[in-house]
Amino acid sequence: MTPIEQYLAPATLDEAVGILQQGEVTILAGGTDLMPQSKAGRLAIKRTLMNIRRIPELKGIALDNDAIRIGALTTITEILNDPLVKEYLPVLADACDHFASDQIRNAGTLGGNIGNASPAGDTLVPLIVLDAEVELASKPNGSVTTRRLPLAEFFTGPGRTKRAANELLTAVRIPLPKAGHVARFFKFGTRPALDISAISIGIAGVIDNGVISNARVAFGAVAPTPIRAARTEEALEGRRLDEATIEAVASAARDEVNPIDDVRATAWYRKELIHNMTKRILDHVAQA
Amino acid sequence: MSLKHDIGFTLNGVKKRVTVDVGMTALDMLRDVVGLTGTKYGCGEGECGACTIQVDGLSMNSCLMFAVDCDGRDLVTIEGLAADPRADALREAFVEHGAVQCGFCTPGMVVQAAHLLATHPDADAETIKRGIEGNLCRCTGYKKIVDAIESACCGGK
Repeated sequence: MTPIEQYLAPATLDEAVGILQQGEVTILAGGTDLMPQSKAGRLAIKRTLMNIRRIPELKGIALDNDAIRIGALTTITEILNDPLVKEYLPVLADACDHFASDQIRNAGTLGGNIGNASPAGDTLVPLIVLDAEVELASKPNGSVTTRRLPLAEFFTGPGRTKRAANELLTAVRIPLPKAGHVARFFKFGTRPALDISAISIGIAGVIDNGVISNARVAFGAVAPTPIRAARTEEALEGRRLDEATIEAVASAARDEVNPIDDVRATAWYRKELIHNMTKRILDHVAQA
Repeated sequence: MSLKHDIGFTLNGVKKRVTVDVGMTALDMLRDVVGLTGTKYGCGEGECGACTIQVDGLSMNSCLMFAVDCDGRDLVTIEGLAADPRADALREAFVEHGAVQCGFCTPGMVVQAAHLLATHPDADAETIKRGIEGNLCRCTGYKKIVDAIESACCGGK
């Protein structure tokens, strides 16, 4: 492991993306993933360790036109307690309530949960079904530019994303849900707290006269990245939530995922969980 | 040689300046640099809560925190709570209920309970159980711990 050669704590976004432009930078926010990963040798901190926690532009939750913008440095506790999130994005608040422990929610950030790119990251599945986009800033030619990417396309593998080395994840933008929007999150672990999900499920859609449109389905911990499940969405789109549809959607979900055996669950068990819990979520929505 | 960095912070109400290794945890800084050993090293991965401290009024796992990130912040450890009259009821409740077996989880448990009571002054048993989800007691003495915290709510009901 190469030793850290410099530690920087920039106070502005402009400064931070300038530092990233020089290369060989590891970004520190809450530290709850970075610290254990670097201690265990799973991740080597690069030449420069850059602490972004003192950059005010990266904090806060606000309405921005027809979207809610959550700064990358917003902690899980702040999301959990935010009135805008409670009102418009209750599914995200629900996921944050099932996130690790109080101590970790107080330190861990939304940007960190996304940047860590775990296939089991708790906020990722609900954010994907909410059509969230990530905002990335960089300073390639002396001035700060930003681009946006759908979160569903952001992950390329465990711990890997489309964020370029010179880019900083600055915020997440979530379009305000339409009237009739329903979204659910379910996470399965062996204990409620501090467990990494064996599977997680996000389902969302707009229900109008009993018919579902804009169906979104995403799964966590069943592939190298959190995934959006196109064939499962197809089975749901434009349908009424009757018994036959629910069974068809749950079966499509089981067929669509391709999990692995690991210490948390076997592949077979994960597929059964995906089927049964997808069915349970849709049963609950149908009865609501 | 690992890279060093100078930081300043408030520790239990007193201003401190120390030099730390950049890759060091806040826990190692407290125990090995500052010399306050009340905060315990349990798992080193944020699973057990034995290292819980308060940072800017919020409880955190000091084993997951970079020491350099303490710069400019307000830290409270179990030693700070020992001297804080607001924590009297909680401390006495732990003694009263015998909420201590081997005692290793106790500092983290008390710091987390103090944070819980500060944010949820009228917490019921269920809220308390959720609040200490991040604190493991290997002796499994949770019943008395929850009872103790509950009895300390609102200064003891």
